[in-house]
Amino acid sequence: MNTKDMFDHLAALFPDLELQLDEDVPCIIVPPDAIREVGLQLRDDEQLLLDSLMCLSGVDFADGTLGVVYHLHSMLHNHKLTVKVVVPVENPHVQTVERVWRTADWHEREAYDLIGVIFDGHRDLRRILNPYDWEGHPLRKDYEVPEFYNGMKVPY
Amino acid sequence: MSQTLEALQEDIAAGRLKTDELVLNMGPQHPSTHGVLRLELVLDGEAVVKVIPHLGYLHRCFEKHAEAMTYPQVIPYTDRMDYLAAMNNNHGYALAIERLMGIELPERVEYIRVIMAELQRIASHLVAIGTFGMDIGAFTPFLYCFRDREYILDIFERTCGARLLYNYMWVGGLSHDVHDGFEKDVRDFIKRFRPTIKEVNDLLNYNKIFIERTANIGVLPVDVAVSYGCSGPMLRGSGVDFDLRRDDPYSIYDRFDWQVCVGKGEAGTVGDCWDRHMVRVWEMEQSCNIIEQALETFPPGDITEAIPKRIRPPKGEIYTRVENPRGELGYYVISDGSANPFRVKARGPSFVNLSVIDEISRGHLIADIVAILGSIDIVLGEIDR
Repeated sequence: MNTKDMFDHLAALFPDLELQLDEDVPCIIVPPDAIREVGLQLRDDEQLLLDSLMCLSGVDFADGTLGVVYHLHSMLHNHKLTVKVVVPVENPHVQTVERVWRTADWHEREAYDLIGVIFDGHRDLRRILNPYDWEGHPLRKDYEVPEFYNGMKVPY
Repeated sequence: MSQTLEALQEDIAAGRLKTDELVLNMGPQHPSTHGVLRLELVLDGEAVVKVIPHLGYLHRCFEKHAEAMTYPQVIPYTDRMDYLAAMNNNHGYALAIERLMGIELPERVEYIRVIMAELQRIASHLVAIGTFGMDIGAFTPFLYCFRDREYILDIFERTCGARLLYNYMWVGGLSHDVHDGFEKDVRDFIKRFRPTIKEVNDLLNYNKIFIERTANIGVLPVDVAVSYGCSGPMLRGSGVDFDLRRDDPYSIYDRFDWQVCVGKGEAGTVGDCWDRHMVRVWEMEQSCNIIEQALETFPPGDITEAIPKRIRPPKGEIYTRVENPRGELGYYVISDGSANPFRVKARGPSFVNLSVIDEISRGHLIADIVAILGSIDIVLGEIDR
């Protein structure tokens, strides 16, 4: 499916969602409490078959919102789609897609660890890269490097 | 209280005798975890019930560093992620920024990049093959592999002065042109290297003990591989004919004639440890083919002409992926128009490939975990970033 066809198909499939056409990869904006449902549809729709989640990234947009960006790819049709979820920083709850694409498990743990997005329904939402007792989310734009970790001075 | 084994088993089945699962920590200091990785193994006797990996012992927060640097300053940090394939890491990052800025590269730069990336792929696979053999207990092939890898590192050293961490591929070009006699060095290497593949085949890959230890172990079915986002030799070992160099073309790979290697289950089941291992062996031959063809038509020219004086990509974002020796290496870069990237996310292949280990290890013995981990071919520098 070329980009134009895909765009039309998405518009027909999700009439309520906001669609964007960035250069050659289409992009859809999904509300945080609908991403699981939309994810399942994107994965299983016969014309889309976006069965592989290439990358899931948490982003701090530095304007009071956090985002989660999903880069999807279809192994069969060899086309791509970007999906974005934007949530306010005070209430960063996003539905998990861990059971839609299993690879999202670790990616979501990473986004939780570094950005602080909370994935509702994730079965094992622990920190993954930082120590389990680390405080704060280092990739937030307003993050301050702590002076002490477990009572030890952090040389920085 | 003397009881027979049958009586004991009967007691266990009836719930009169309690048995318990045993938790064993493998790592962080364990030679077969290839770095500082801790695997928490939940065991039933010697059989593995669950594997829980604990990462982060090497975490440096590459992504946080990247936000504080200018675009070219990030390149040395990409070297230090997958330190066995630094050229490929440079390549992916440079490509992302070039696409964001819309830079066209001179022919010669593209050729040098492909040759370097393929040499690096051979070097990286040699480490993977050698250490995998060593994990299983075969020491000699390791020495053969490292001997030949040294020749490649010598070529890199002559060109850019570094053996492991190169900072060689810059946005829009390269740090240096290749050294005098580069083409002869590479041709000599390929000539010397091709017989090594046969030697390793004879010594290790078709050795009965090696096959016994790796065939039918850690079988990764296609649907699981795709759902877990596995890529590179992991995915191709499961029989999926997918290679980013061909299916999401970048650089000039479409000009060369080469094959994508997939596992066929020759020794056991499709997608077992042996298949993943053999995909790497076959890929080295294909890399040799690509390098030879690139040398045939290696053009002269200036390598610095496309390097921009000011690197400030326009506002926007891009996700670019390249085929690293371990699989899909993606960079998601957001630019806000300033000299520093707003956000850089690196999607490392080892990180994603490792996440499947729990799924493919269940029911195997502890000794098989060593084989499975070796066949995934992880680099902790890139998992922890």
